[in-house]
Amino acid sequence: MADVIKIATRDAYGQTLVELGNEREDIVVMDADLAAATKTGMFRKAHPNRFFNTGIAEGNMMSIAAGLAACGKTVFASSFAMFAAGRAFEQIRNSIGYPHLNVKIAASHAGVSVGEDGATHQCCEDIGIMRTIPGMVILNPADAPEAKAAVRAAADYDGPVYLRLGRLAVPVFNEENVTFEIGKGKVMREGTDVTVIATGLEVNEAMIAAETLQAEGISTRVVNMATIKPIDKDLILTCAAETGAIVTAEEHNIIGGLGSAVAEVLVESGKPVPMLRVGVEDTFGRSGPALELLDLYGLTAPHIVEKVKAVLALK
Amino acid sequence: MDAITRKELEIVAAKIRLAIIEGTFHAKSGHPGGSLSIAEDMAYLYWKEMNIDPADPKWAGRDRFVLSKGHAAPALYGALAHRGFFPVERIPTLRKTDSILQGHPDMKHIPGVDMSSGSLGQGISCAVGMALAGKLDGADYRVYTILGDGEIGEGQVWEAAMFAAAKKLDNLTVIVDNNNLQIDGTVEEVNSPYPIPEKFAAFGFHVIEIDGNDLDQIEAAFAEARTIQGKPTCIVQKTVKGKGVSFMENQCNWHGAAHNKEQYDIAMAELTARLQELEG
Repeated sequence: MADVIKIATRDAYGQTLVELGNEREDIVVMDADLAAATKTGMFRKAHPNRFFNTGIAEGNMMSIAAGLAACGKTVFASSFAMFAAGRAFEQIRNSIGYPHLNVKIAASHAGVSVGEDGATHQCCEDIGIMRTIPGMVILNPADAPEAKAAVRAAADYDGPVYLRLGRLAVPVFNEENVTFEIGKGKVMREGTDVTVIATGLEVNEAMIAAETLQAEGISTRVVNMATIKPIDKDLILTCAAETGAIVTAEEHNIIGGLGSAVAEVLVESGKPVPMLRVGVEDTFGRSGPALELLDLYGLTAPHIVEKVKAVLALK
Repeated sequence: MDAITRKELEIVAAKIRLAIIEGTFHAKSGHPGGSLSIAEDMAYLYWKEMNIDPADPKWAGRDRFVLSKGHAAPALYGALAHRGFFPVERIPTLRKTDSILQGHPDMKHIPGVDMSSGSLGQGISCAVGMALAGKLDGADYRVYTILGDGEIGEGQVWEAAMFAAAKKLDNLTVIVDNNNLQIDGTVEEVNSPYPIPEKFAAFGFHVIEIDGNDLDQIEAAFAEARTIQGKPTCIVQKTVKGKGVSFMENQCNWHGAAHNKEQYDIAMAELTARLQELEG
């Protein structure tokens, strides 16, 4: 694994924004004084006339984005997940969600992998918050190539999208030209005993866990669920029927996120199978190096291995 | 006034006031007080000031209006109906389950509504976004928004004001409807926003103070706003909440209450008499 390339999804976001700006005049980008961190600064440099910084005023930014979208612009509005989904929730809900305007809320620094800044900046609630807004599409790409494709898919979709991005450089495992279809999960690895449905940086952890499990004779299917909403019900139910057990894995509170979405589908199918969730166990984060925190909060491959064994015991 | 006379605008304002009472009475709810205070604004904006086409409500080159104090929707609906965006017969369906006329403005379903609003403080930001889009496109449309004096307690209003001035949005006109009353009392009793003109001036606006129930002063203010370059304009207008209905004027309890049949009959009689007097 020594030669693995690591790139943060926020870097892929910034690069793709610049490309989209070259291709489309309707692309407008906004930030709230975090352009260097969210990588919208790359767009600012390339297309300064179509970049608007509201300063530290996330709610105002979201409502201005709505006004721009109402006049035909495709707007990407960026901040950290905490201040986009958190502080500006009601502006997103009422100014963007209710009129179904064409604004892409691109929120970086999601999850505990923010690292040293600590709990106030580690948003593990954003998927849950955004999932309750009617019509909101939620994308959570797993690596840089997928993030690029997801940004393009969001730009091509007419309506509000919440795009979850990370601060941490994460291993690249997708091909550079990987495709992205909103609402479709992808089987990354076949398996017959259990399915790990993962999202974001947990997809890579799930792939490592599957290798470990294979060595122990457990055949693990891995699904990359890069769209949290609308969730790919068909794929979830197929995996449940074919492997008989499911573990979800997300860098998010176990309440409200991917695990909740998958559980809802399974329970309402009338054919539920044993399921366990890997995620932040309803607690706040803390300061520390990102990789240490991912392990501390039970989000690394060894923890997924343990959850898989636990769910198999329930079969 | 040319083209459309002051008297004609007063007739329109009277019809809007009748629509406000008609709608909220049948809905058995709504916000008639703060709707009545902006009837002259609505008449002037939709019959004189704004470049709009009721036959093509989404026309890209139109002037835009955002009712940031979205609870005054009955006034907006009255204007849109009488201006021909939808039939006047729909006014009594306000707030009904099968009606397009939502309690607060809904741009997805109501012809002529440029922005959904109602959560206070957000409409001005949306209007700023529209004005910004106009500048970006080199378009010559103008954007108007009306805020309540209670509404400006929302911090977002000042975030939007700061941004509008920083971006020199001289195509934006903000109207603050200073009827002096909010739900819990006078604006001073609740948490005084005064002095309002000085605050907007400090935030970089060109400020005009008028009587917002006087059409001549409204006309002069909007004309002055058009001449201002490099900064947005804020019209701070003194108005009477409940204007036009004797027992409603300056009464806080008519912010969010509808009439019973007896009150409705009196209000409609007063407003109808005013309309007949104007129509001679």
